[in-house]
Amino acid sequence: MNVPRFCREIPSRYNLIGTKCENCDTYYFPPRRVCITCRRKGVIREYQFEGSGKVVTHTTIYSAPENFSKMTPYVLAIVELDEGPKLTAQIVCDPSEVKIGMRVKSVFRKLGEEGPDGVIYYGTKFIPA
Amino acid sequence: MREVAIVGLGCTKFGEMWDKSFRDLFIEAGLMALEDAGMSGAQVEALYGGNMSSGIFIQQEHVGALIADYSGLISNNVPSTRVEAACASGGLALRSGIIAVASEYHDIVISAGIEKMTDIGAEKAMDALAAAADREWEAAVGATFPGLYAMMARAHMHEFGTTREQLAQVAVKNHYHGSMNPRAQFRNRITIDSVISSPLVADPLRLFDCSPITDGAAAVVLVPAERAREFTDTPIYVKAASQASDTISLHDRRSLTSIDATTVAADRAFKTARLERSNIDVAEVHDCFTIAEIMAIEDLRFFEKGRGGPATLAGDTAIGGKIPINTSGGLKACGHPVGATGIKQAVEIAEQLRGDAGKRQVEGAEIGLTHNVGGTGGTVVVHILAR
Ligand SMILES: [Zn+2]
Repeated sequence: MNVPRFCREIPSRYNLIGTKCENCDTYYFPPRRVCITCRRKGVIREYQFEGSGKVVTHTTIYSAPENFSKMTPYVLAIVELDEGPKLTAQIVCDPSEVKIGMRVKSVFRKLGEEGPDGVIYYGTKFIPA
Repeated sequence: MREVAIVGLGCTKFGEMWDKSFRDLFIEAGLMALEDAGMSGAQVEALYGGNMSSGIFIQQEHVGALIADYSGLISNNVPSTRVEAACASGGLALRSGIIAVASEYHDIVISAGIEKMTDIGAEKAMDALAAAADREWEAAVGATFPGLYAMMARAHMHEFGTTREQLAQVAVKNHYHGSMNPRAQFRNRITIDSVISSPLVADPLRLFDCSPITDGAAAVVLVPAERAREFTDTPIYVKAASQASDTISLHDRRSLTSIDATTVAADRAFKTARLERSNIDVAEVHDCFTIAEIMAIEDLRFFEKGRGGPATLAGDTAIGGKIPINTSGGLKACGHPVGATGIKQAVEIAEQLRGDAGKRQVEGAEIGLTHNVGGTGGTVVVHILAR
């Protein structure tokens, strides 16, 4: 992914800033600008997630494309945040440690590298809580 | 709306075909289909080509015009449309062609699918396939396509007790079917042990749980049902062509152990066709990974939720079993040239219904189903075909 495209979503990627529909009290991460229930009647505000949640499923990646291949094996999971939404993220832990139902909290970490210039991407990962 | 029939079938051999270009593959499948229908290219009124990612795989877009041009259909300036829905591009090209004929917009249409994947390296191909997921919120954080299906497998094992051996049996069975298919990429038989000792790709999925990277093309000729006998003695009738969408990201789905769009598309198809699940004699389902076939046969409601694994291990889905699944060898053994897969599924079912499937023939097959999934379930296309 090129730099401007990645940077556009930096507040969300770095700080877990998503959105909330004030009309139906639904939280969105990744952020949505249209509420899927209320559509145009929705009232969307930015929302800073607490960063706590649990693992609902997980895998350990052994084979990855170029920008992640140096980091294999790494643990990837779907995390359900306490506010409700789910997101895909890496868990910083040993592959044998991760379990379905495990409590996790967000941390700011290096995500990957890309291209010959070695552009480094940062973002949110999770650690066992 | 009028009824539509398939009167011509074409499909190349699937595999790593370094001596054949994108154009060569399409021309081969297209001409085979026209030949089969006893038709000349001059009669074709429109073309729909399913293709996922020629831009990345061969750095060529605008392939609608390209395939019309190189197959000689440009002399009539036929409308030629590329259709894209990731791995469901072929299924969607078929449905687009069916709608064009059913609506009386066109009489004679070719629906084709094509993918030339092996001109780039495996790592780059893997990244191209990751584009079927959400680039911003899945791929960008390190999700791979096998990784997303691995997370469904993990959840399915956790919720229903699906075992490693049951997953492996999907691959074993599909290689057995593939061994009888002259077009299949892999014609070797494998064992449960060889699957569970193959290298880990994304735990719990291993190399032999994954469909391969493949070159290939397939095409069918569609006509109004009332004209079908002009072209063939064995027309195959389209009883339903349905499609459903869901969220592009796996993490936004209602369930991680079902593909809801499969159930919705199938319900719509059975309602349109006025048929029951028990009427289906043979089906081609989207087994991009072993877990995908187990979820498919459950979500299509051939088996109760959670019973797909045990049914597979019991042999219910093999040729000779209760409902033979993926007689072509599926994506796993026949190969998975992504844009071509949905059309190949229809070619396989049509051959079964014609009684032309050779050693892998399902005795007395009259009604069949195809199930084609884009991404992790963001698009599903289901067709019901009958002789
Ligand atoms: Zn709302």
